[in-house]
Amino acid sequence: MVKLSINGQEVEVKEGQTILEAANSIGIEIPTLCYHKALSPYGACRLCVVEINHNGNIMYHTSCQFPVMEGIEVQTNTERVLKGRKIMVELMLARCPESEKIQELAEQFGVKETRFKKKDEDCILCGLCARICQERMGVGTIDFINRGIERDIKPPFETHSEICRVCGACASVCPTGARTLELKELSLREPNPILSEFNEGLAKRHPIYIPFPQSVPKIPVIDREKCIHFLLDECETCSIFCEAEAIKYDQEDEIIELDIGAIVVASGFDSFDPTAETKYGYGEFPNVITGMEFERLVSASGPTEGHIEVNGKEPTNIVFIQCVGSRDKDGNEYCSRVCCMYTAKQAHMVRDKFPDSELTIYFTDVRAFGKGFEEFYNRVQGENIIYLRRELDDTIQVVQNGNGVVVKAEGHPDIEADLVVLATGLIPREDSKELAQTLNINLSADGFFLEAHPKLRPVDTFTDGIFLAGSCQSPKDIPDTVAQASSAASRVCNILSQKELEIEATIAYVDETLCRACGFCVDACPYQAIELVRIQYLGHTTDVARVNEALCKGCGTCAAACLNGAIRQLGYTDGQILTIIKAFGEN
Amino acid sequence: MDEFEPNIIGFLCNWCSYAGADLAGTSRIQYPTNIKIIRVMCSGRIEPVFILESLKKGADGVLISGCHFGECHYKSGNYKANRRIKLLKKYLKEMGVDPNRVRFEFVSASEGHRFADVVREFVEELKKIGPISLQITP
Repeated sequence: MVKLSINGQEVEVKEGQTILEAANSIGIEIPTLCYHKALSPYGACRLCVVEINHNGNIMYHTSCQFPVMEGIEVQTNTERVLKGRKIMVELMLARCPESEKIQELAEQFGVKETRFKKKDEDCILCGLCARICQERMGVGTIDFINRGIERDIKPPFETHSEICRVCGACASVCPTGARTLELKELSLREPNPILSEFNEGLAKRHPIYIPFPQSVPKIPVIDREKCIHFLLDECETCSIFCEAEAIKYDQEDEIIELDIGAIVVASGFDSFDPTAETKYGYGEFPNVITGMEFERLVSASGPTEGHIEVNGKEPTNIVFIQCVGSRDKDGNEYCSRVCCMYTAKQAHMVRDKFPDSELTIYFTDVRAFGKGFEEFYNRVQGENIIYLRRELDDTIQVVQNGNGVVVKAEGHPDIEADLVVLATGLIPREDSKELAQTLNINLSADGFFLEAHPKLRPVDTFTDGIFLAGSCQSPKDIPDTVAQASSAASRVCNILSQKELEIEATIAYVDETLCRACGFCVDACPYQAIELVRIQYLGHTTDVARVNEALCKGCGTCAAACLNGAIRQLGYTDGQILTIIKAFGEN
Repeated sequence: MDEFEPNIIGFLCNWCSYAGADLAGTSRIQYPTNIKIIRVMCSGRIEPVFILESLKKGADGVLISGCHFGECHYKSGNYKANRRIKLLKKYLKEMGVDPNRVRFEFVSASEGHRFADVVREFVEELKKIGPISLQITP
């Protein structure tokens, strides 16, 4: 460990660290443009220059490159240091007068005008892009070329590079934003941005990301199909930044086996994809979006911070179309229950943002069934939002019209719109069938999970100990979901609070005097509840089948397999069934 | 002469087909009353003897209905029933009984309509086959 003082503050750091790192570790900020924690220091921007007093010798040096030494006294904000930085900023402002980042910096340092001859550049030649490409991405597409005033950053021969992966790492570290513009000069390949699933593809995300702001646990995940480390064994930048050293690339998915008493299935829903319904023009025209996309657009924490923009301008005519993917006799016959109210809410929000916009809602029936829903619907209608009724079988077609679209609905005049929001319905999750088979529960005809009884056991399934909550059972809104989830939780408590577990009454029973230990029942049992045991009977040693009553679920398959009629299923014995057959046969 | 009304005994598994038949009832779906239902916990419980006995005691047809493959409440009972019934049908033919008098169907708990359709079809088919006669002629 090395001891030094920074601005009079004593600090002890590991040998080999730089002054900049030591200062950052005690919360002292030193301005810098070209320093990156995961890259080798380069000292290009000269902003991090500090005053170093080493045994009375005063030096001025870039703190990002200077390794800590025992006993040195560092001052980060002396008059001379600040003056030096100011000149650096002035020089950069002369080179890149249009760069916003540099302008900000100039303002910060009190530089109003540069005294040097202005140039028209946006690159400050910090070399971050070249360093990340070489050191982290292992490619080396770009590097410095030429010398002196000719110095520039380019691929070899100043032509499109063949090795560039268009990963965008250079753009991500550029302090002035210059690389973003030049990405297409580096390679002929098209960049393939990673789109945020949570933001419905309206924003980009990193290969390491927190799935959504409210996720529990709020822990980042690595997309192994996009991460350069997993694809090419390079980068590892995130692990350098993580101070807790929590990023472990050798972590594997593990299967954890838990002993549990009950399961609540709350796997949710998918949103209907209207691409196949060509009449709405979704996917064809950028003006047509789904309710979920609109939800992200209008959200204050969304990619546009709540600013609604289509083709770069604010929409003035907005049309909402309801029942997309719901109440369709040839498709999803059910009503998705939430679309009427979310459309009303969305229209209300637009009215709030754009008081002069034209808002039209094509509906079939407004189902404002919940508490306070009808009142809200009435309020929205009073906000100069036009509700137009159309039959479900009536044709509707969205066609292009210049930069906007025209909505042609049967029985109504055509409406020009610059934004069409489709009130897309809720559909069962893609993997619900697989999950149903894993859990041994049923699906109803619409593909959602089936409850044991629509009225009397609405959260139970046919399998003991498995309960349903939320939209995996049928489309429902938040209050209904919370109610059902509470109900499922209390049903679980019912099981877990009991000291003893009730088992099936219809379990199998072996008449040991008839059993000849053929073992057919052992093979037939799906639960391994039957085994052959050796017993003493009338002085003889003999094998018989024996049923483990706790494991037996009472299906009766063993009784049907028994050759001697030695196994009886209680409640469904051969005698009982044959008596019913006799009675029924006589008619 | 009155039209022949077949007498059908149906063995339905508790979890899928019985619930499906129940749904047909609660949904007020109409279907012929020729079927008399015996509930068993699983189609795997059904012994071939039950089917033979049903035919012997005067049933014109026997319907066995269980869960769809992969959906059996007891994992594999419907597969076992399927094997047993396929074998039995071969023997029925040898015995001089039309194997079409025995029908194995899959009806899930959500398929009330399907249950009604199955019963309707089976009744129509049995009307064509005619009444069962197992008297041994001297």
